[in-house]
Amino acid sequence: MAYVVERKPLTLAERLYLPQIFAGLRITLKHLFAPNVTLQYPEERPVIPPGYRGVPTLVRDPQGREKCVSCQLCEFVCPPKAIRITPGAVPADQPDRLHIEKAPQAFEIDMLRCIYCGLCQEVCPEEAIFLQNQYSLSGYTRAEMVNDKARLYELGGTLPDQHYKWDKKKIAAEHGNTH
Amino acid sequence: MSALYQCWLNLPLVLQMVIKGLAVIGFMFPFGGACSLIERKVSAWMQGRHGPNRAIPFWIAWVPIFGPLLQRLGVFHLMADGGKMFFKEDPIPGHVNKFYFILAPIVAMIPALTTVSVVPFGAYVDAAGQLVPLILADVDVGLLAVFAVSSLGVYALILAGWASNSKYPFLGGVRASAQLISYELSMTLSILPVFLWVNAPGGSGTLSLFAVVQAQSGPWHGWSGLWFIFTMPVAALIFLVSLFAETNRLPFDMAEGEADLVGGFHTEYGSLKWGLFFVAEYSHMLIGSGVFVLLFLGGWNPLPWLPLATFAGWLGLAGNPLVVGALSIVIFLSKVLFFVFLFMWVRWTVPRFRYDQVMKLGWQKLLPLAIGNLIVYALVIAWVQVKN
Repeated sequence: MAYVVERKPLTLAERLYLPQIFAGLRITLKHLFAPNVTLQYPEERPVIPPGYRGVPTLVRDPQGREKCVSCQLCEFVCPPKAIRITPGAVPADQPDRLHIEKAPQAFEIDMLRCIYCGLCQEVCPEEAIFLQNQYSLSGYTRAEMVNDKARLYELGGTLPDQHYKWDKKKIAAEHGNTH
Repeated sequence: MSALYQCWLNLPLVLQMVIKGLAVIGFMFPFGGACSLIERKVSAWMQGRHGPNRAIPFWIAWVPIFGPLLQRLGVFHLMADGGKMFFKEDPIPGHVNKFYFILAPIVAMIPALTTVSVVPFGAYVDAAGQLVPLILADVDVGLLAVFAVSSLGVYALILAGWASNSKYPFLGGVRASAQLISYELSMTLSILPVFLWVNAPGGSGTLSLFAVVQAQSGPWHGWSGLWFIFTMPVAALIFLVSLFAETNRLPFDMAEGEADLVGGFHTEYGSLKWGLFFVAEYSHMLIGSGVFVLLFLGGWNPLPWLPLATFAGWLGLAGNPLVVGALSIVIFLSKVLFFVFLFMWVRWTVPRFRYDQVMKLGWQKLLPLAIGNLIVYALVIAWVQVKN
């Protein structure tokens, strides 16, 4: 409902304006001696809060094994089509992963396209791709801004794993999948 | 030392004056630049930022503690800015009137630096025990000369606004002239009581600023020891407000008005010509603060009822004119610096007035107040002086 705001006539002090200015001056003087709030950026870095969505990275499990199984869900869900995956077979030198169907032969994320939406992380069934703390990236060429697989693993590192999904599958298969 | 002094005295008078003048200009010019740096730092601190704190020559970075301290205070940004200003490209837009476009910043600088010549900035006690002002030209017209010359500064703004041949600078120039005319009146009227008091009947009339400071340096308990800001607070207030308007400082920043006029009168200017406008503005600020300190805050007297000569006597400097002179300059400059700070302090506190508010304040509030103030003080001074 519409209502009329009562405008009180200004008091003499308000009309003089000077008391108001002095009040303002007091506030700015207080700020003059208050500690600064800006960070000296390259030397001081901000504290990244948990849940921050930085550069998307690929992570390994605590045994140092690749988690991505090249299902390409992230590639399909990626709104700006920044992800490009070339699926391949699991390398023969990883005997404990040979029961996994696929592994990425190449995995590229074009950081000039990425919009940091986090859908890849959300959609990943293997918990292999995470948007982590990295917030500052730069390069001199367009090619430099495309993160390849090696770079993605370098950025991602290792994250704790709660499931060990493929280990459990292997054990289950050895026991005849009885559950 | 005395040989050097003799050598100085043997120089032709013209040469002495030129050297003195160059020394003062050599002080004013970089000081104007330094003010811009102080402005940046003060505004930064008031807004919770660090301000400029990066530039440092590598050999000073080797000095422990002292180097980084200077770096954090941003001292070297002054030189970096100055160097940039001198060496960057100086474009002249195709649509401007070239002659007046180039003339404007020069016209801005000349009054700003000319007014210094009649403003005393210190004093010393000579062998005869007389107080002698440190001043380039101790003329009787003193303050009148300051007002006359410093108001010429507005021609620079009008000229810049017109020669730029572009609407925003033009509007800025028009506003600047209107504002200057409005506030010049109340400014001049507000200081008349001071000179009514200084020029007691019977004495020889003077508008010299030195005489005003002399009238404020009396011993304990006398009226003459009290600074004029205590006896004439309303006049001081009107003068200060008008000073803000005259120097085009916020909240009377009509001529520039970034929000509505892009950059105001200097929209089309760049590099050194723009820098000259800037230095001129700060020089005006310095001179204005100096005049305020001389008129209302006792000039080089350290405290009310404590004249410089007495103070120097306490410190045992009576027979040492050089040290007393330096002391007086330090006292005077620290007062001026406080006012420069006040200018910045107010700038970063009070938002810009609307144009009609500026005009209304000038014509409907300050001018009647100044006239009333003049009449009241004229009566009071007449009464006091008749009684004596």
